[in-house]
Amino acid sequence: MTIPIDVETKHRIVVVLLWLAALVALAVLAFIIAVVLWNGLPAVTLSFLLESPRDMGRAGGIFPMVVSTVAVTLLAVIVAAPLGVGTAIYLTEYTSETALTRVIRFGAECLAGVPSIIFGLFGFIFFVIQLGMGWSVLSGGLTLAVMILPTVMRTAEEAIRAVPESFREASFSTGASRWQTVTQVVLPSALPGIVTGVILGVGRGVGETAAVIFTAGSSLHIPTSVFSPARTMAVHFYILAREGISMRHAYGTAAVLVILILAINTAANWLMLRFQAKQG
Amino acid sequence: MSKGLGHSTRAVSASWLAAAIVVAMALAGCGGRGGRRALVLAGSTSVQPVAELIAEHYEVEHPHHSVNVQGGGSTAGVRAALEGAADIGMSSRALKPDEVGLEPIVVARDAVVLIVHPSNRTTDLTPEQVRAIYTGRITHWSDVTGPKWSSDDRRDDIITLVTREEGSGTRSAFEEGVMAKADITPRALVQDSTGTVRAIVASDPNAIGYISLGMVSSEVRALTYGGVQATEETVEEGTYALARPFLLLTRGAPSGEAGQFIRFALSDEGQQLVVRAGYLPVRRLDP
Amino acid sequence: MTVARREKAIERALLVSALSAVSMLALIAAFILIEGAPVMLRHGISSFLAGTRWAPTKGSFGILPMIVASVVVTLGAMVIAVPLGLSCAVFLAEIAPRRAANFLRPAIQLLAGIPSVVYGFVGILFLVPLIRENLGGPGLSVLAAVVILGVMVLPTLIGIAEDAIEAVPRTYKEGALALGCTHAQAIRRVILPAARGGIIAAVILAMGRAVGETMAVIMVIGNAAIIPCSVLDPARTLTSNIALEMGYAAGDHQKALFATGVVLFAFIMVLNSIATMRIVRGRR
Repeated sequence: MTIPIDVETKHRIVVVLLWLAALVALAVLAFIIAVVLWNGLPAVTLSFLLESPRDMGRAGGIFPMVVSTVAVTLLAVIVAAPLGVGTAIYLTEYTSETALTRVIRFGAECLAGVPSIIFGLFGFIFFVIQLGMGWSVLSGGLTLAVMILPTVMRTAEEAIRAVPESFREASFSTGASRWQTVTQVVLPSALPGIVTGVILGVGRGVGETAAVIFTAGSSLHIPTSVFSPARTMAVHFYILAREGISMRHAYGTAAVLVILILAINTAANWLMLRFQAKQG
Repeated sequence: MSKGLGHSTRAVSASWLAAAIVVAMALAGCGGRGGRRALVLAGSTSVQPVAELIAEHYEVEHPHHSVNVQGGGSTAGVRAALEGAADIGMSSRALKPDEVGLEPIVVARDAVVLIVHPSNRTTDLTPEQVRAIYTGRITHWSDVTGPKWSSDDRRDDIITLVTREEGSGTRSAFEEGVMAKADITPRALVQDSTGTVRAIVASDPNAIGYISLGMVSSEVRALTYGGVQATEETVEEGTYALARPFLLLTRGAPSGEAGQFIRFALSDEGQQLVVRAGYLPVRRLDP
Repeated sequence: MTVARREKAIERALLVSALSAVSMLALIAAFILIEGAPVMLRHGISSFLAGTRWAPTKGSFGILPMIVASVVVTLGAMVIAVPLGLSCAVFLAEIAPRRAANFLRPAIQLLAGIPSVVYGFVGILFLVPLIRENLGGPGLSVLAAVVILGVMVLPTLIGIAEDAIEAVPRTYKEGALALGCTHAQAIRRVILPAARGGIIAAVILAMGRAVGETMAVIMVIGNAAIIPCSVLDPARTLTSNIALEMGYAAGDHQKALFATGVVLFAFIMVLNSIATMRIVRGRR
């Protein structure tokens, strides 16, 4: 015999469960961030941020790593964002659902599941050796771009797809071309979703280790060009922690990384809110 | 529609332009780069920190010379040196008989020590005991040291066995020194770095593992092996059996930039850096 | 250039960019296949896939224990991440007060950027002892990997699913409420089905991340190459196997690792096909 629960109570139960889910997720997040900052912030001083590492990384700072991280990730986004959004536009606006579009989408989804170590090996053999780029910001950035492409692409596609048909019809009825419609109506409307995809991609890229270490290398120097090898902060943490060189500096690096991501995400979200406000 | 929309067309075009520039630069780079090439070392992750420390000081001594140190593991280092991907390979184990064509130069020595949790009352293990533990024949601490094996007697005593991955120079040294052709049990837990082996042993009272002498910290306890403690003297004399060389490998005799670097590593200054990194020098240094 | 010609040119450019992703995938797939297929065929596909002994230096290439571990770990991670993540996404999009949502959303995106090695270390320092002292076993276990992976894919899932739910037009919800549904009913019967496409995309991408994650899993799963009998046993996934041995493998051993990559590829393709088929059936 089931207990009859009335609809209002069911609704309240659901709301409570949802609050619980959010709190659990928040608790886990807070815990991880707390561990990183608790162990890491003591090591983060101005000299830590501005100096180069000394003594195998036990002393000195992480300035080259900060530069490397920004360089590699920026390159990855510059390559992946246009390609991903371009693909999404093509799939939704310029074709109907055909075998080709299904293949493209399926291909992107499978790409998302390739292990990071395979990306590293592939990037090493293709970019570092075959194309002769060597261990460099370029090799690392291009490999990362391929890694984050699926996320950017699929997110952008869903965001564009969600733009109501009526928007487009209104635009066409004023005589705008397809491209004009895309850039002036669809994209601005889909922007929040696209930005989410880019932010997730950036997050993945900044935290990636296996793929980067095989392609951008682990040099301790400040990269002076896209052809210089680079050690990102994630790789630096990886090496410091795994070789047991200095947990203190490892956590310090992680703390700086967390703050950097926070800054990037906040900036992106803020820019987007301003852009949307301008839309009226 | 407001004025802001014009921006999105520009933004889209700008990002396409940026992508095009990147691709153009990438293609331009295919022809190779001019200018001084950096010296590349690759191989053992155990040797990497020492090599980086030496490189740091080498670069101070020789400005405009650049040294890049990569990891990958001892075996990867051997291959990189053979294939020319690296100027100097780094290995934390002796070369195998089939690894010919390389000139090995010992730049440091290291001891592999067994570590346990500080609460573990064991202080020494004989070679036979270590072999029995690592082949899985002995599975409980009380079989090794008797019922009072831990300072917390309420705990169960199943040994948590930790080993390094097969490509590790540390593992090779351990296997050659201890196992004598017997296999480490497939039930052993495999970790692929010193730091994680140490972290696991530090947090699990039942754990046993092996790491480099230079990496022992206060959160674990090093055991004596066959009654011998690992120190500079015992390693030099040979009484501590689990010692291994840190090798720099070159194709043929070292020459040019590589030779200069290796000479620096073997100099007094280089050897003092080895000691600073926590390892043992190849010869006695004057105080 | 006339508008029509410019449109055509733009369309072609977009097609090129669309093909870029597929061609990269094809390249990677070809790369793994060329290296891995010969050894798989030579030793026999069935003994490769069903063999239980992995001792590459002695010529044994059975990867069944790793396949079991990968399947269990991936599905387990999704069991944690999907309910928790979807609930969070619904919460953020529908229930949370505006200010809380604006704080929670970037906070969850932050989780996405934490390096996998950091997750691994937090796992070793906190999760593993927790499991060992309260549940038994060495702590380094399938369970530890499942929990860590579940947490790692959560931000991706929440981020994309939330956007999908946000994007459902207001009118749908207003219509449902006007007809007398409670908020919960409106969510379940109108909003979620409307957001189906995006939610499935979120799940697929999260699943891909779970299958492909290497670093964090290696650190907490124990990597003993045996078939796990319980979630408290250590195990070795296909990705851990590749990462542990690639640095030193040579000859057939190396090719066997690439063959493992082929199996992983097939695995992810199967998973994605199943998930995609569910949308198609749903949309009809």
